[in-house]
Amino acid sequence: MRTAWDLFRDMEDLRREMDRAFRNFGLPPWTSPITRFAFLPGEAARVYPLLNVSEDEHNIYIEALAPGLDTASLKISVVQGQLSISGEKPSLNGSVPGEAYHRNERAAGRFVREITLPAEVDEAKAAAEYKNGILLVTLPKSEAAKPRQITVKVG
Amino acid sequence: MTEKTVPVRTDKKGDLAATREESRYLVPAVDIYETSEGLVVVADLPGVDKDGVSVRVENGILTIQGKSAWKPLGTAFLEEFGLMDYFRQFELPGEVDQGKIGGEFKNGVLTIRLPKAEKAKPVSIQVKVN
Repeated sequence: MRTAWDLFRDMEDLRREMDRAFRNFGLPPWTSPITRFAFLPGEAARVYPLLNVSEDEHNIYIEALAPGLDTASLKISVVQGQLSISGEKPSLNGSVPGEAYHRNERAAGRFVREITLPAEVDEAKAAAEYKNGILLVTLPKSEAAKPRQITVKVG
Repeated sequence: MTEKTVPVRTDKKGDLAATREESRYLVPAVDIYETSEGLVVVADLPGVDKDGVSVRVENGILTIQGKSAWKPLGTAFLEEFGLMDYFRQFELPGEVDQGKIGGEFKNGVLTIRLPKAEKAKPVSIQVKVN
């Protein structure tokens, strides 16, 4: 009687599990990618700032995790369905010499991030707000991109 | 300053909600630098309202806590961060004057100033050369 146990399938499953585990930046597989080190620079965050893009019926929301930004340096633009955010996070008062630091975990400097938007937006009505260190860009979807109900006539 | 985590005591013992909060938190990124006046601690606490920040000094331990006021919006298309409450503790060095600690919170960045006690400030010593 042949058993249902297939060596190669088990190996394939194991390999897939290991891939998934290591994709998690080497942390144990039971922690989600959104881990305790969600925004520390270095190995956990190779891009800056971290973005959350979400949508509802009317808008696309982009949140950027960026405390301490110099808002005057921010440039947000939408070109051909791609949103681009650039700006600068200034380092602490430049009068502090390097050797006076006991710890330096926060990053500083210029950044750029580009993201392809999942739907067409009406750039003219875009709005951006910077609150509590999170930059929220609200892009209203253009009329053509909004979902439309199609009524079915039962004849 | 050495990092030292001492479990925060809540008043209600056996309150499951409080103990659950203590074990799941984000560690905020922190810069610590020293000036002639004292130490300055700068912590990134994005997503926290100014009412949600709490800084405490107890038994020589500085505790930084932040309650996250962030909630996800809409259906996620890309989710690179999720915010939980923040918690970090440090052991204060002896020369900090604990009565004069002050700070401010702006745009998600908490700055805490820990002035040195008078007797610990650097005193320049005049050297007489014959």
